[in-house]
Amino acid sequence: MDNRNFTFMFYGFFAGWAIIGFYVVLLGLRERRLRKELDRVRQMVAPQK
Amino acid sequence: MRSKILIGLVTVAVALLGWNLYNIFMVVPDEANQGAIFRIIYIHLPTIFTGFLGFMVALVSSILYLTKGDMKYDALAAGVTEVSLVFAAIVLVTGSIWARIIWGVWWAWEPRLTSMLICWLTYAGYLMLRRAIDEPAQRARLSAVVSIFGFVEVIIVYKAIDWFRTLHPQPVLSVRGGGGMAKGMEGPIYWNLLAFVCLATAMVMIRMKQDETSREIDSLRREAHQY
Repeated sequence: MDNRNFTFMFYGFFAGWAIIGFYVVLLGLRERRLRKELDRVRQMVAPQK
Repeated sequence: MRSKILIGLVTVAVALLGWNLYNIFMVVPDEANQGAIFRIIYIHLPTIFTGFLGFMVALVSSILYLTKGDMKYDALAAGVTEVSLVFAAIVLVTGSIWARIIWGVWWAWEPRLTSMLICWLTYAGYLMLRRAIDEPAQRARLSAVVSIFGFVEVIIVYKAIDWFRTLHPQPVLSVRGGGGMAKGMEGPIYWNLLAFVCLATAMVMIRMKQDETSREIDSLRREAHQY
């Protein structure tokens, strides 16, 4: 492979994967927060029934 | 069933991306002038097509919401827009890195790049609008209108290289009448596109599930307030 500008190519691939990775982490954190909230609200509703 | 589809999509995406990485770095021939930076095309083009495909799905879902009033179309439009915005961000960043080598600048205010930035900001505005409105029906209606108008920007980005004089290269893919790539260079672009579409679909499915959970939380809260 021609190695000219290899560093910038690496930056490009790294940036692309980093953005996807960052979004996947955000999705995971949101999922955890929603599950906690759902459990909390369910517990809040359960005794009233 | 949904989790099986999700696992299937992620497995296909990971397998394809792994295979493509091998092809991109070991099999694809060198480009004569640009050096290694040329290979950024294998992330730049598939991500923009994935993003635009997503914005198109958001457009159709928004129209369906406005005509049928079913909230599932609103959830689909919101989920697919968020995921497409991630892919559009990759396009802007990888394009900027590529431009630094080829044009000598990180950014140029030329029609393709500027319209792409405006497109990204429009859809970012769509997501901000959704956060700003609490009432679900009003939020869905207004964001559907923004999504429909926002798609005009997608068309402008796509056609910018035909309509204006731009620094951005003319089409290179043979499907768009380019034909400027050597044999064996084009294939990995389509395979990467398939991989990113699978990945994006999995992300949208997760995002829609989260939307369902949010609605369940809201309805439980309303129920709690009734007692």
